[in-house]
Amino acid sequence: MSAKWYMLTVIGKDRSGIVSHVTAALFDCGCNLGEATMARIGGNFTIMLMVQYDGKAQALIKNIEPVIESLDLHAHVDTIKAELHRHQVPDVNISVYGADRAGIVAQVTMALTEAGLNILGLETDVAGSELQPIYVMNIEGQATQGIASLQAALDIMADDGIDTALTPIETMIG
Amino acid sequence: MAIREILIHPAICLKQTAERVSDFGEEFQAICTDLEDTLLQAPGCVGIAAPQIGISQRVVIVDVKASEFGQLVLVNPEILDHEGLVRGREGCLSVPDFTGNVIRAEKIVVNAQSKEGEQVTFEFTGFEARVVQHEIDHLDGLLFLDRLISRRHDLFKRKIYKANNS
Repeated sequence: MSAKWYMLTVIGKDRSGIVSHVTAALFDCGCNLGEATMARIGGNFTIMLMVQYDGKAQALIKNIEPVIESLDLHAHVDTIKAELHRHQVPDVNISVYGADRAGIVAQVTMALTEAGLNILGLETDVAGSELQPIYVMNIEGQATQGIASLQAALDIMADDGIDTALTPIETMIG
Repeated sequence: MAIREILIHPAICLKQTAERVSDFGEEFQAICTDLEDTLLQAPGCVGIAAPQIGISQRVVIVDVKASEFGQLVLVNPEILDHEGLVRGREGCLSVPDFTGNVIRAEKIVVNAQSKEGEQVTFEFTGFEARVVQHEIDHLDGLLFLDRLISRRHDLFKRKIYKANNS
């Protein structure tokens, strides 16, 4: 199968059955699915799906439009290169939490990037109460300049009231 | 002596419960040698179980270079006791190009037989305990895929918390 790969992004108000309806519509028009991530972010349904389809992006959208509209969703399609079977394995996990304020993600990720971190995954949540929100961030990545360099960058953040924990990931292969 | 082909999921042998070893004769010794040869040529690999080379018998080899034990052959291994829970990342020769987080006991006591059939007992902790649990799972037809925890919220299940605290 030499059909092209697309990245399909679907967002909207969350309700049950979205994944099954959207993927059924994709299957019905001859699509093959690759890797996907679905997440419920702030009560919103979001999914990014690798879709292999033997046609143009407009035709793909047209095929799934009835389902997308009936579920009150928005869909977007981009042409992509599909890099399958070449996963990168993270060697460090960093959790960061602190009082929620603007700029925390930029500050943390900038410092870590400069210290050699290649971010492979990032997830953040706003926890705590409405009056005292806590920003929680979990990052997985590769420490290209070693763990000590990242730890030094994190230590500086402690002065700004940002708590961090760095855990090296040793992947066991058996 | 031979390097055997490593079976890849969905090979049937990987999902079967392996048979206990009762005959420690020449044929079994040859299996152990093949298992060791196959493990040694797999880069970065710290353990292997017989079902991974298509032999449904209860024998595993663990090889954690930095540990006090070095390379160990465990025949008919059984976990007698376990303590603590830790999250760690695992991959498997039988599941190429995928790694994921799995919860394992932090410390285990294992009763097994040596490759000559003698009774042995070991206490493993940390990384080594993880390797042994991963390999024993292979003897029960389980892959680390059967134990994956969420990528987004890799929290311990509440049930386990309760069991620990009570």
